[in-house]
Amino acid sequence: MSSTPPASRLRFTLNGRAIDATGADPNTTLLAWLREHGLTGAKEGCAEGECGACAVVMVRPRLDDAALEGARYVPVNACLLLLASVAGQEVLTVEGVAGATLHPVQQALVDSGGSQCGYCTPGFVMSLFAEYYREGRAEGGFEVDSIAGNLCRCTGYRPIRDAGRALPMITGDDAHARRLERPAPACPGLELSVGERRYFRPTSLAEALRILAEQPDATLVAGGTDVVVELNQRMRRLHTILSLEAVAELRVFEDGEDMLRIGAGVPLSEVEDRIGESPAMLAELLPLFSSRLIRNRATLGGNLGTASPIGDSPPVLLALDASVRVAGPEGARTIPVAELFTGYRQTALEPGELMVEVQIPKPYPTISRFYKVSKRVHDDISTVAAGFAIDLDEQGNVRHARLAYGGVAATPMRAVAAEEALVGEPWSAESVAKAKAAAASAFTPMSDQRGTAAYRTSMVTNLLDKFWAQTGAMS
Amino acid sequence: MSIGKAVCHESAEGHVTGAALYTDDLVARHPGCLHAWPVQVMHARATVNAVHVGGALATDGVVTVLDGSDVPGENDTGAARRDEVLFPTEISYWGQPLLWVLAETEEAAKMGALAVRVDVTEEPAITSIEQAIEQDSFHTEPGVIARGDAEGALARATHRVSGELHVGGQEHFYLETHASIASIDEAGSVMIQSSTQHPTETQEIVARVLGVDKNQVVVQSLRMGGAFGGKETQANPWAAVAAIGCHKTGRPVRVRLDRQRDFTMSGKRHPFLGRYTIGFDDEGRIEAFDLELFSDGGWALDLSAPVLHRALFHADNAYYLPHVRVVGRVCKTNACSHTAFRGFGGPQGMLMIEDALERVACALGLPPRVVRERNFYRAGHTTHYEQEVTQADRIERIWKQLSRTSELPAREAAVAAFNATSEHLKRGIAITPLKFGISFTAKWYNQAAALVLIYQDGSVQVNHGGTEMGQGLHTKMRQVAAHALGVTLEAVRVMPTRTDKVPNTSATAASSGTDLNGAAVRVACETLKERLITVAVEMLGVETSDVEMIGGVARSRDGSGDALSFGAVVGRAYHDRVQLSATGFYKTPDIHFDTAAGRGKPFHYFAYGAAVAEVEVDRFTGMYTLRRVDILQDVGDSLSPLIDIGQVEGGFAQGLGWLTQEELHWAPDGRLATTNASTYKLPTIGECPEDWHVALLPKATEPGVVYGSKAVGEPPFMLAFCVREAIRGAIGAFGDKHRFVDLACPATAERVYWAIEQQRAIVGHGQRG
Repeated sequence: MSSTPPASRLRFTLNGRAIDATGADPNTTLLAWLREHGLTGAKEGCAEGECGACAVVMVRPRLDDAALEGARYVPVNACLLLLASVAGQEVLTVEGVAGATLHPVQQALVDSGGSQCGYCTPGFVMSLFAEYYREGRAEGGFEVDSIAGNLCRCTGYRPIRDAGRALPMITGDDAHARRLERPAPACPGLELSVGERRYFRPTSLAEALRILAEQPDATLVAGGTDVVVELNQRMRRLHTILSLEAVAELRVFEDGEDMLRIGAGVPLSEVEDRIGESPAMLAELLPLFSSRLIRNRATLGGNLGTASPIGDSPPVLLALDASVRVAGPEGARTIPVAELFTGYRQTALEPGELMVEVQIPKPYPTISRFYKVSKRVHDDISTVAAGFAIDLDEQGNVRHARLAYGGVAATPMRAVAAEEALVGEPWSAESVAKAKAAAASAFTPMSDQRGTAAYRTSMVTNLLDKFWAQTGAMS
Repeated sequence: MSIGKAVCHESAEGHVTGAALYTDDLVARHPGCLHAWPVQVMHARATVNAVHVGGALATDGVVTVLDGSDVPGENDTGAARRDEVLFPTEISYWGQPLLWVLAETEEAAKMGALAVRVDVTEEPAITSIEQAIEQDSFHTEPGVIARGDAEGALARATHRVSGELHVGGQEHFYLETHASIASIDEAGSVMIQSSTQHPTETQEIVARVLGVDKNQVVVQSLRMGGAFGGKETQANPWAAVAAIGCHKTGRPVRVRLDRQRDFTMSGKRHPFLGRYTIGFDDEGRIEAFDLELFSDGGWALDLSAPVLHRALFHADNAYYLPHVRVVGRVCKTNACSHTAFRGFGGPQGMLMIEDALERVACALGLPPRVVRERNFYRAGHTTHYEQEVTQADRIERIWKQLSRTSELPAREAAVAAFNATSEHLKRGIAITPLKFGISFTAKWYNQAAALVLIYQDGSVQVNHGGTEMGQGLHTKMRQVAAHALGVTLEAVRVMPTRTDKVPNTSATAASSGTDLNGAAVRVACETLKERLITVAVEMLGVETSDVEMIGGVARSRDGSGDALSFGAVVGRAYHDRVQLSATGFYKTPDIHFDTAAGRGKPFHYFAYGAAVAEVEVDRFTGMYTLRRVDILQDVGDSLSPLIDIGQVEGGFAQGLGWLTQEELHWAPDGRLATTNASTYKLPTIGECPEDWHVALLPKATEPGVVYGSKAVGEPPFMLAFCVREAIRGAIGAFGDKHRFVDLACPATAERVYWAIEQQRAIVGHGQRG
């Protein structure tokens, strides 16, 4: 597809200046590189994308069809961003925010008493900066979600929220606003070789498959929000990296008659913005999926590909009866998500295969809910997650039922026996009781720091109770 | 007036632009700096048989591996006593560092550390308070504070209930992890940049491990990205490693713990076990209280003894205990060495009496609010250690004012009405009071010094012994200095804290930073002002008592005659050979405590407050939301309202985290399973209440404290008790209100869920897991 050969130099734009970082180890994160090069505004608070102290913004294409006409600011965690990911891209750090005077978001934080120790502050500034320039932001229309991925240990957040609410509208001659009138940089192909380590960023599926065939041990990286945690926390080092973020076929989004197609490489925040209210379960899930800083990078492909038992999207995709389209040396095939997970962190993908898109069939279920049990509402990992979907026939009997769970087995999975207990029965408390009895024995969850096995077991049935209480009991 | 004014943090512009530097931001200013990474042993207790560092030394970029033979002085960094071997041969807690790899890059140091092989024999470990009690493993003898005849009064009491409560620890999770850089400066001094709350002690420990006099070591604490007590003693070992590395290699050495290392290698808030019996009359008035406390001190003593003592001192919270016996002991376990954390044992002690009063209320069928109120300290009462409770009337004044402003009675009725019709969601609302003693219980710590310098242009540098960790100390010191000198805020610059400016400082801790250092700064500034007024009087040709200096201008009080700028007066003073620098010194008057007798006046005064919380609990999951919070806190005459309100809100949020969601998970083998933000959950903006009303008690002048102000750092932490009690109330609404809700701490969703199930079982619903 691409006629231009991939770049072999790691160049990017940082705070408006051209940077050449060729020669940096492909395992290097943007945060490490920034701090080594004297840009110490971004801080490392956790190095796993949970605290947001390292937030920077990237200049990315707008979401609408006029993509080439303008750009938007997308905040991301620099600790989970491989330096190579910003090749060809434009990055702004806290050092690049102020002009001759403080930027309005900086001034608002100063005025509200929004900084105490100040260590988390640069990250908040970058999240608020992106919020300030968010297209469609109305006066007073501050979205608290924009800072839900930033931890502060000093303030209790109230003054930071007040700063967000006090943000003025964009006025006057604002260089950062002007920048958005021009297109964002494209994500070009890239091939880096540093010592024995290699980094590939193809722009087409065919190229990606070719590289994967030649480099069977390559580690696939989409947003990097899982893999880079491994680098930072477990000191894993990658020999060969195959980045999928420039592959055009993985960035499809098509809301068709029969199905919704979401490219495996579309960042979750884009999915969130594009789907609107439906499918409802997905719309309920996405705001609870980690934080916006993570969703700006994380993808459905990544969340499915890691096959974590506590991933948030699998229960929803299982309940929506979704499939994944995969491509490989032998051609393409479709795997139902229900058959995707073959074991703890294992999928049915063959060597050399890539996930291309997720397909959600229509019509969507008429009665559905997503539940996430966790220690806190935002920026957390599930103890138990559940996606429930049923359809009723004209008599009010259950026609389809899909009851899917995460966090209660080695893989995300459906409670098939419980589903069978419902199908053909009236949608009633009695049927739910039967389904609960069947679900109770379907899983053997583990105890860990997020919750005990007994609690998880209780949640399996209690969430069904809650589902009934919220969707059936009232009617 | 520069005091009492709402001003932003003095480094706010630096914070928002990223220009404010922290210790680890200084690496680039140390050319040739080496990076240190620890070799940790992942056993709770083990004997080291052999180490093989060949793999590390063969790693590209590795310069050397530090071991005990590299320590020129003492191989021990213990602050309380010599019990913290820096390079050990016996492993005493899971993750203890054994060796340190020094390399040209952090990456090389990490890879080098991974290449070290350690051969150990695992030994049986003590990993819980219960095990320590069973095996008689303690750091200290029992400490006791008693009054009257607790045993007899309990036996005679109208009613008696007993309880046991486990209180979880808490990770400080300062956003800036521990960091130090050691170098040799141009004068040959060992220069330590350290994120430390206690530069003097860091200086002492570095001098100790190097075997040099303290005058060879300079420690600077530029600013900290949060500390909360976690950098009071715990910064010392990392500074010591950096210093030893620097000594060995002659190059600057940086030690920075990443979050996992910080979690596993540094101490936390002490977990506690409390067992109590409370005796009371038909009205719910306390007749006697008996409390036994055990804290988990971890492997080394550190600050555990005074932390336990503060728990004993605060076993009363705001309540009069006629007959009382509180006894406590520090357990020695194979955990990291638990340490200071905002409240310093106070929260754990206070939580016990709050738990006990909930039992009393339940037993009598009285609202907990009423039982609390009936037991308040009143004027003339003394504490269990026989200190007069000064301004005890404020407890009730705050209580009444907050009840009114929070519309408590009406909202209690609304909560009851909601609960009557809601099956799956229940609400709870609760109010709790707060009394907290202010002063270091180690008397000698209650001193501070300052050095104030005026330059010929009239600009001022203030040096004091306190450190800035985000609490706004430097902001307040700037306000105090400007006010005391009579200059503008802009004329005053507060300098980074250094041991070569002000020696022999106390830790910035115990909420005392402003009280102590502010008084010292004020003394120094008033000395200087007096000298300058003398000069101004001469220049103006008027009487001494006629001249005032305010906002950088000296003039006659009646406004007649010339106005002189501060700079002009200073210029003249210099030419007249008037000294333009001064020191100030302060020691807290009239405090004393006899530990053996358990009697005295350990605190200069008490801080008071109260808070109301309303929550909603989901019975299916145990998850809950905090619907509204109202706070009224006594900070005296606030020196800096924006800063003080920030401390109140931040303290509350931290207490909220401790009581509800921050759960340290230690496996039975001593492994810490929660070692980063993905597994250890601090409050996010989603947990902090949207509907949140914070006020400072008006007309609250505190005599004998700098400009009538009061300490604010720690007390608000305990305001969060009301959240726990509101949750308890909501859980109770699922069952029989006469059955006590036994609520674990922290009250995570899971714990709340099980408590609901227990209640539901009583009334014939529910399941048991």
